Amino acid sequence: MVELRLPKNSRVKKGKHWPAPDNKDGNRPPRTRTYRVYRWSPDDSDNPCLDTYEVDLDTCGPMVLDGLIKIKNEIDPTLTFRRSCREGVCGSCAMNVDGSNTLACTKAMDEIKGDVKIYPLPHTQVVKDLVSDLTNFYAQYASIEPWLHTDTPAPEKEWRQSEEDRAKLDGLYECVMCACCSTACPSYWWNSERYLGPAVLLQAYRWLIDSRDEAAGERLDNLEDPFRLYRCHTIMNCANTCPKGLNPAKAIAKIKKMMVAREV
Amino acid sequence: MPSRPLSPHLQVYRWPAAMLTSIIHRATGLALYGGTLFLTWWLIAAATGPDAYAAFQSIAGLWIGKLVLIGFSWSLIYHLLNGVRHLHWDAGLGFDNERVERSSWIVIAASVLLTLIIWLLA
Repeated sequence: MVELRLPKNSRVKKGKHWPAPDNKDGNRPPRTRTYRVYRWSPDDSDNPCLDTYEVDLDTCGPMVLDGLIKIKNEIDPTLTFRRSCREGVCGSCAMNVDGSNTLACTKAMDEIKGDVKIYPLPHTQVVKDLVSDLTNFYAQYASIEPWLHTDTPAPEKEWRQSEEDRAKLDGLYECVMCACCSTACPSYWWNSERYLGPAVLLQAYRWLIDSRDEAAGERLDNLEDPFRLYRCHTIMNCANTCPKGLNPAKAIAKIKKMMVAREV
Repeated sequence: MPSRPLSPHLQVYRWPAAMLTSIIHRATGLALYGGTLFLTWWLIAAATGPDAYAAFQSIAGLWIGKLVLIGFSWSLIYHLLNGVRHLHWDAGLGFDNERVERSSWIVIAASVLLTLIIWLLA
């Protein structure tokens, strides 16, 4: 359902201000950057709020995630966010930074003008602070059965694939399922119960064009639905925001073409 | 435990050009419904007789009527041009971010330009 305003319990209030701690010489740090971070805790019944933190740049790494880790380590240990690989491979630290979704670990503070504004992935249920509930997202991923389907008996060694067929997976296999694209998509905001969203559809296409897979027909049957596939209106926020530079909208267009091609 | 809040979406998202052209496409599509009704009124009035036509003219001739007609013609042109873009996308073309950004601004600029030309010539 399209609901432009946030529900009453979700409207963001002003939060606390956390100054940077004094540096080793006991002085105020000369170079700081202001982080404005979305906070919400299930342990009290307050609305979410926006806390501001001053981060000492002289003792901080260059990435947005470096600042968050520094805040958690040195200013406010209650700040909660997901992170793991810190190099854009695991997809854990996906969040809304400076108005678009990205991985905090590969986004440099220098790329942002003004304060560093951080929110959880848009239009998701917040578990705590920057941690979103992705249960539905993962269930949708499971629904496209993201593994090889075959009828022919398994070969003695591996399933072979030509170099050309392998190259068809480029631009698709790199997806780390961080959910940046799906939670950037207005169509997914309004219909995430029924629309699969860009990330899952890109994965669906990845299996559809895998030369070793033998279930393209069933896969297309599963997608042929006014909501699951066709809620994509080519708004293009997915491709604009993908931190891996992939293009889910293009993959979705190719699925739509496959739908037409099998009818004629 | 208190119920989980919904994270901000439209409130915080920075609009890329393509998101703007998409919502304008939806809005102009809706406007065309209203515009077509206006057009139908004109046709029916013309078929009914001088009095009915004069009644239509008295509204259409006002600045508010002009505004509706200008808005209708712009909506039609915008929806047409952006529709052509959608045809390209359906063929799997023009999906790179740079091209989408460029075609967004082209559609916006061209629709305004063509509307101006039509009304200056009309």
